[in-house]
Amino acid sequence: MSMKYNRIPVTLKVNRQTKNADIRTADTLLDVLRENFGLTGSKPGCLNGDCGSCTVLIDGCPMKSCIMLGLEAAGREIVTVEGLRGSPVQRAFIENNAFQCGYCTPGFIMNIEGLIRKHPDADDAVIEEWLQSNICRCTSYQEIKAAVYAVLGKETREDHK
Amino acid sequence: MIGFDFEYYRPKTLAEAVNFYHMLKERGKRPVYYSGGTELITMARLNQVIFGSVIDIKGIPDTWIYGYSEQDLIIGSSISLTDLEEDRDFPLLSQTAGRVADRTSRNKITIGGNICGKIIYREAVLPFLLADSRVLIAGRNGSRIVPISNIFEQEVQLAEDEWIVQFLTDRSILSLPFFTVKKRKLDVIDYPLLTLAAIKKDEHIRVAVSGLCAFPFRSEAIETILNNRSMPKELRIKEAVDRLPAPVLNDWIASAEYRRFVFQNTLMEMFTALEGDEK
Amino acid sequence: MYNIGRSMIRKDAIEKVTGTAKYTADLITADSLHAKLVTSPFAHALVKKIDISAASRITGVQAILTGKEAHTLTGEQIKDRPILAVDRVRYNGEPVAVVIADTLAIAKRAADLIKVSYTPLPVVHSPSQAYQEDAPLVHENLGQYEKIADVYPIPGTNICNVTKIRKGNMEQGWNASAVTAETKISFPPSDHCAIETRSVSAEVLPDGHIIIYSSSQVPFTIKKLFNNIFGIDQGRMTVHTPLVGGAYGGKSAVQLEFIAYLASRAVGGQKVQLTNSREEDFITSPVHIGLDAWVKLGADKNGILQAAEMIFLFDGGAYSDKAVDMSRAAATNCTGPYHIDNVRCDSLCLYTNHPYATSFRGFSHPELTLAIERTLEVLAEKLAMDPVELRGKNAIRPGNTSPTQVVLNESKIGNTRKCIERVAELIDWDEGDRIEVSPHVIRAKGISCFWKNSNIDTNAGSGAILTFNADGTVNLNCGVIEIGTGSRSVLAQIAAERLKIDAQQVFIKMDIDTSVTPEHWKTVASRGLWMAGRAVLAACDDAVCQLKDTASQALRVPREDLDISGGYVFVKNEPKRRLAFKELAYGYVYPNGNAVGGQVIGRGYYTLTGMTFLDPETGKGVPGPDWTVGAQAVEVEWNACDFTYRILRAATVIDAGTIINPELARGQVRGGMHMGLSFASREGFVFDKNGVVLNNQFRTYKVLRYGENPHYTVDFVVTPSRETAYGLRGIGEHAVIGMPAALANSLSRAAGVPLNQLPLTPELIWRAKSGDQV
Repeated sequence: MSMKYNRIPVTLKVNRQTKNADIRTADTLLDVLRENFGLTGSKPGCLNGDCGSCTVLIDGCPMKSCIMLGLEAAGREIVTVEGLRGSPVQRAFIENNAFQCGYCTPGFIMNIEGLIRKHPDADDAVIEEWLQSNICRCTSYQEIKAAVYAVLGKETREDHK
Repeated sequence: MIGFDFEYYRPKTLAEAVNFYHMLKERGKRPVYYSGGTELITMARLNQVIFGSVIDIKGIPDTWIYGYSEQDLIIGSSISLTDLEEDRDFPLLSQTAGRVADRTSRNKITIGGNICGKIIYREAVLPFLLADSRVLIAGRNGSRIVPISNIFEQEVQLAEDEWIVQFLTDRSILSLPFFTVKKRKLDVIDYPLLTLAAIKKDEHIRVAVSGLCAFPFRSEAIETILNNRSMPKELRIKEAVDRLPAPVLNDWIASAEYRRFVFQNTLMEMFTALEGDEK
Repeated sequence: MYNIGRSMIRKDAIEKVTGTAKYTADLITADSLHAKLVTSPFAHALVKKIDISAASRITGVQAILTGKEAHTLTGEQIKDRPILAVDRVRYNGEPVAVVIADTLAIAKRAADLIKVSYTPLPVVHSPSQAYQEDAPLVHENLGQYEKIADVYPIPGTNICNVTKIRKGNMEQGWNASAVTAETKISFPPSDHCAIETRSVSAEVLPDGHIIIYSSSQVPFTIKKLFNNIFGIDQGRMTVHTPLVGGAYGGKSAVQLEFIAYLASRAVGGQKVQLTNSREEDFITSPVHIGLDAWVKLGADKNGILQAAEMIFLFDGGAYSDKAVDMSRAAATNCTGPYHIDNVRCDSLCLYTNHPYATSFRGFSHPELTLAIERTLEVLAEKLAMDPVELRGKNAIRPGNTSPTQVVLNESKIGNTRKCIERVAELIDWDEGDRIEVSPHVIRAKGISCFWKNSNIDTNAGSGAILTFNADGTVNLNCGVIEIGTGSRSVLAQIAAERLKIDAQQVFIKMDIDTSVTPEHWKTVASRGLWMAGRAVLAACDDAVCQLKDTASQALRVPREDLDISGGYVFVKNEPKRRLAFKELAYGYVYPNGNAVGGQVIGRGYYTLTGMTFLDPETGKGVPGPDWTVGAQAVEVEWNACDFTYRILRAATVIDAGTIINPELARGQVRGGMHMGLSFASREGFVFDKNGVVLNNQFRTYKVLRYGENPHYTVDFVVTPSRETAYGLRGIGEHAVIGMPAALANSLSRAAGVPLNQLPLTPELIWRAKSGDQV
């Protein structure tokens, strides 16, 4: 496969829909999702692979869409936060107040979606390893931990109330 | 947003990749080989690298090989650090590579990319240096296999059209006792103050370090002194610090003095792990 | 009660977990042009020449602006900052040009081709250096800048504001002191790190109407500043603020809005979108203030504080923005929540060649508190007194006076002592504050108190409008920005409580449109619920009055005989005689078709009362209506071999008055603690010898990540305010305030060496233990 022109057509499978777009070869997957498809749930936070706000699932695996070219996602199954509807993770985030400003939330949720699919019985070490890929600046993470535990059916330490 | 445009090629064979390189080079398209791409994308956004075309090697099946030949564990350069972390055939590599960047990024970063990258740490090379691994290199004259020490001196030293296809590691090395640790300034996700990896083969300790100096290294001089069992460990450690191959990094992450202090502590931890309490 | 004290789910919950929540940069439209900044690589330099020729030739570039076209001076307190640098740059990252192009990629490419020649100038590296007489001047024309009245710059120096506190008699205070303690603290500027970088768009419609979208805490201020700076009629301008992706004070500064507006004007009014890269958001837009401080405290032999003297040198950076206000705020509360009769404080804001500072959660209180609380630790040691006891003894109470000589009552000051007692319990202070777990592992605890008032404009206020749907449900319209705190949801709870309906019946949109939204002064200073809560109550009362008016006609009873409950207006004496809100909200219709009354529109406002400017010589004055107080504690585990540490747990007890939504309140407190610990342990800009920032990415500027946090415990003391809706108090910022001090106190205790700098890295502790000057 070779592509000689800077703007090229690409077919992506996003949230179970097949979508066509003309993109720049230099466009990241995040650029394509937001600008071509209007899927603004994936957030630009750093465009450097550091904050995780743009995390989506590629073939079930969390990926930071800011450090992946749109072309690299061709032929793969992409799920963004818009592709979830009432998932247990979303519900747990609401019930545990696991967000405030909400900007990092889609990235966290997608990462956790990937986590529970791969490790339905994840222990603390695994949860930490995965969730350390994302930054939340509003919450204390304690709320996010409670949400993950709720989804995994674990108990969290009771706060003093 | 990357400001400049480039062409994108995804060859299917080693030869095609190298041919693309020459074709693009001749046409002034400033080609680069592209593996995980995380570093190229992030540096391109800041114009820290500029290229006219990328050759994405992930379409080449040879780069995806993971498994054993008769004597060797073969690891294709497109294998992600996450996959290596989970395939525990080479635990030293799993653990050392498993501390680069963060988990989600490691899903994208490849072993080839980490070792060939511009960021100075290249921690995933340490296990291969210790294991005297060999690398399969693709280039104009076909493929060749060479010891990694021949092509890694501070960084990967290859002709511009050459690139690493696979890493070959002798099976007998994989299960040796080892020690690996990444010391950071404070944070769990950060560049290293230093990453130290070691294995023990035939009572001889091999040590490789990243982050302490401006490049990763394995040093014969340091191994000689560290294995000199006629000296107390403290003295060996002290002398090892004096024999570093380059000045200790002195930057905004940490001062050289503090890095030296951490290095000494880490060597002691390594001794404890590999030698127990023996003198 | 229906709605107070209930942890209801916030009203923006579903949109936020489904990705449908829209933030400013999500609203880019196809007709937008894109702007990209060119910023200064130097901290201080003359701009010799800007060559835009190569950039202008790029197809798709529509306009390029430099300081020549954007030289207007801006600044809320002192007009010292050009929209784009003119002739001189004063910090690394300062905008010098902006390219407007069809796409962001083109704008970026062109921006890279703009060649700026600089002649470097000597750099002012710290507020202490700036304070020296021979320091290079950052602003040579300080005396000529336009400024508001209650700011006191000293032309010919780098001092852009001076606030003095002179209370009591220092000689008497020192004479009464058997023991004194002095401490110097210092830390560099750092950053807010909202995950949403600042973003704006601007458009000038053919009829001259200006439309701004901005991720801002202050949309109403944007309007006023545009009027003040560009002379634009405020009616000809609309600012939209959708959901904001984290702010923490950092989005209370107005900067990109000016640039985007001039950019739009340069392209005939077309819409122009300007969003910071993360690198720009770190340093080009304003940052969290730095501080060098010296404190001396004196106490009698019983540990009763007699005198306090302090000098604060705030690092305002290259431009004054809100830093001048922050230095004043620090002076007003310079002692921390302790009663001291004799106080002398000089709080100075200094210009340096650092990125400029603006409000940061806590508004100079986390900063001053580190200085005070570290000094208290030294004093406790000298007195051989338990640090908890020392704080408890001196905790400020009703009847005492503040540093600005406000006489306190219970409503104004709450109960600090109770907070101290409770936090000591929560952290198990009595089991020991320093425990050697093993020869090399030490667990230690640190404690700190905090207080904060608001220090905002003396006439700041808030408005609310309440309308009804025909089914009797309610729409609440008010100007508090949803920056993450959940305030708009809580205001809906307050409205529901007052209207005695379920909060599900109150609807509130999350976005602000300054043309139709009643003003809330600024969403800052923990005054969201404080002021808007009162406005909402007033609007509810106004609406209920109207409902009753109509009902009194329909039911033929005096209005005074009516009450409301559950969405009905009923006759008190005969509750079965009642009319539903839906039968009244658009007028009552008799069976024969006649109508009385009409559409109910509740109107409410609240304006702070009794605030005064400070006396420039003594600081005497009323800076805000009340203080929220509290106490905090941290426990660390420190390794004496390698100097690393883990933060095990942290606790806060805050006198929050009445809690409207307990879970949201706890979330605010935990989030604040978390931010304070992140700041204290690892944040801060690192500058090279030329004043260039070395860590302007999350790769290099570290914040706490998942699992690095301790376990957080929050508890409340409840001293209701007598001025607010249902007795609530502001709590949005406060839990940040004592955390740096509590962490520094715990680590100092663990390591047995005073740690008076931030961030508290293992290397810093290693240096302190190795005898380096720290």
